[in-house]
Amino acid sequence: MPIESLNLARGQFALTAIFHILWPILTISLSAFLVVVETLWVKTSDVVWYRHARFWSKLLLLNFAVGVVSGIPMEFQFGTNWGPFSQYTGQFFGNILGFEGAMAFMLEAGFVGIMMLGWGRVPKGVHLFATCMVALGSSLSAFWIMVANSWLQTPAGVAVVNGKLVVTDYVKAIFNPDMFWGVSHMWFAALETGLVVVAGISAYYLLKRRNPEFFVRSFKLALLILAIVAPIQIWLGDSSGVDVFETQPAKGAAIEGHWETNAPGTGANWSLIAWPNAAKQGNDWSLEVPGMLSILATHSLHGQIKGLRDIPVADQPPMIPMLYYAFRAMAGIGFLFMVLAFWTVYAIRKARGRIDALLAQRKLLLAWVLAIPLPYIAVECGWIVREVGRQPWVVYGLLRTEHAASAISSGAITGSMVMFSCFFVVLISSFFVFARRWLRKGPDLSLMPPAEPARVSNAHAVDY
Amino acid sequence: MTPTSTQDLLSHAWFGLIGLMLLLYVVTDGFDLGVGILSLFRSREEDRDLMIQSIGHVWDANETWLVALGGALFGAFPAAYAMILSDLYVPIMVLIASFIMRGASIEFRHAAHTSKTFWDRVFGLGSLLAAISQGIVLGKVLTGFIPGAESLGFIAVTAIGVVSGYSLLGATWLVKKTTGRIESTARRDAVISVCTTVLAAIVVSLGTLHFSPVGLSQWQDSGVFHVLIALGVVAALAFVYILYSIHMRGEHGPFIGSTILFIVSFAGLVISLFPWIVPGKLSVAEAASDSATLTFMLFGIGIVLPIMVGYNLYQYHLFRGKVVPVKH
Repeated sequence: MPIESLNLARGQFALTAIFHILWPILTISLSAFLVVVETLWVKTSDVVWYRHARFWSKLLLLNFAVGVVSGIPMEFQFGTNWGPFSQYTGQFFGNILGFEGAMAFMLEAGFVGIMMLGWGRVPKGVHLFATCMVALGSSLSAFWIMVANSWLQTPAGVAVVNGKLVVTDYVKAIFNPDMFWGVSHMWFAALETGLVVVAGISAYYLLKRRNPEFFVRSFKLALLILAIVAPIQIWLGDSSGVDVFETQPAKGAAIEGHWETNAPGTGANWSLIAWPNAAKQGNDWSLEVPGMLSILATHSLHGQIKGLRDIPVADQPPMIPMLYYAFRAMAGIGFLFMVLAFWTVYAIRKARGRIDALLAQRKLLLAWVLAIPLPYIAVECGWIVREVGRQPWVVYGLLRTEHAASAISSGAITGSMVMFSCFFVVLISSFFVFARRWLRKGPDLSLMPPAEPARVSNAHAVDY
Repeated sequence: MTPTSTQDLLSHAWFGLIGLMLLLYVVTDGFDLGVGILSLFRSREEDRDLMIQSIGHVWDANETWLVALGGALFGAFPAAYAMILSDLYVPIMVLIASFIMRGASIEFRHAAHTSKTFWDRVFGLGSLLAAISQGIVLGKVLTGFIPGAESLGFIAVTAIGVVSGYSLLGATWLVKKTTGRIESTARRDAVISVCTTVLAAIVVSLGTLHFSPVGLSQWQDSGVFHVLIALGVVAALAFVYILYSIHMRGEHGPFIGSTILFIVSFAGLVISLFPWIVPGKLSVAEAASDSATLTFMLFGIGIVLPIMVGYNLYQYHLFRGKVVPVKH
């Protein structure tokens, strides 16, 4: 395996994964948000909720399309670029991807047509059901993908037979040590993304004083949920961190720039900010809080934390400064969301339902508009920590990345990478053009719900 | 019959299931790819609107059969998944590219004002490229990846066969779903494409004999031969029925006939290749996962497969009948 092809295959995976993850996180959360909005519409028959459902589902559809098409390269890339990996892990990893396709992806695809085009064709209860299935499908998809990925982080329940992994215990493999944290941390990250996007776009309209009565509803609803979700996410992130230090000490040490194992009876120092230097196996400079890392990473005063110097250089992850700062960016954004959410809920309470009082909080509203890109940045940083931090392994402790790639000529990979890059540029710029148009057009406040087809004599779907 | 082990039974069951998913994919995505290919030949925007509207609610789920199949193949036959995808790197990448083109353009065209024609052409071109690359994959797999001018010729025929087969499904779908000018044009397209499809199918069958020693030995087995003759007769009847029902202005008949033609051709291919996944290179037994995985997957996917088919049918039922223009 020429090193050039290996690096190209890694680059291609990074490119497609970094691009793809932007979309499903909004699909997961916006479809869940629409379930809430549509339930409110069905329960209260308040037409404003109906208009909200129609308005936000347009954004969902645009986002969904890019998510689906950018996900296809992911599914087939394991076979094209990572043949030896696929053969080695297929019996578990492939199995789980098969579950994702059959149980989750199809559910989403099978109901998205009804969700988007079925208004007026089905009774509102059936429509709500379709929306629920799309939301369930996208969350289930995240579940299976995170099961597969967490198993790469902490493989369990398998044995090597004839040079391939054979599943010996499905319960252990699926519920591997990282599974709960991986699934929940990702799912909450997705939820935060949608809530921040809804809050941010609503705040944009509130700032412009366009239909404030309409958007104050989505703003409040998103903030209310976010004020609960954001602290839970911080707890999940903290627990995932503890889990990382236990299961992948090299990743833990790298994201904290921790080089020397602390002596028994002492706490490890935490570098608040530093510049890790792999060449000299230490930090060029750092600002440290004594004893803090043991508390953060093990929740005990003198918990021992292995330093990178006690890990062979060949087993250390690459690009340690990137890991170090990606982790800080992610965690910082997570805290920012909690602070902003609490502050805003306080402001909403203080306004006591008077829209003017809320509209006067211009800085707060502007903060939410500016926050829209932040969940995306946090998710990308989190994935960099997760994937680059696992290196040099693709299946932790079992298969090194250098042994996992197909023997594809570097010309072919370069060619397909150039093609994907061009496509991604076109996709994202078209998305922004159309999203901008959607934003300018705004909601249709004269829209009335269609007559209930179940009560119309010659309607379709009466039997359902 | 040789005595079979659990492992054999399971791997054969999975071969059958994956075959079924492939068939579901080929027939369902086949018609919407076909509609896309035919849209390339339509210059009026309102015609393309209606054509694309006729597949708007189902194309995504149809395409998803291939994604589900990819995952199932990865789990049940990891060696086949790795071999087919990495040996056919270029056509697979073109296929992925074509899916991106289609999926993005069909949604963007609704949002577009001035660039609608552009997105329509991207959609049509993506559909055509998808059919061509699938034809190349088929041809490559049938010849067991042998290089050379002869096999290139064969691959060209499989590509033409897939393009015209999908156009046939697309045209007969439009006969079902549209009226007036679009329907009449679709009837004409169906007649042309059914002829090229059948011609290509005959050449591909003969070529399979020529290229693959596996196919030849299978055909010499008298049991298999009789089944193949029976399939050939059904295919001939389906061909006649398609032409007849197009002529008699049948609405559903042409599509049903085309679907039968596809099922029969597919069955013929599978029978002449079994028990190989890639003829001469990789057999079902060699490629299969361990029975633990096959059993677990059978529970997981076996149970949801009928449900998947069920809600897909519900969606078809909900949007049944001729499409009527809607303003966006």
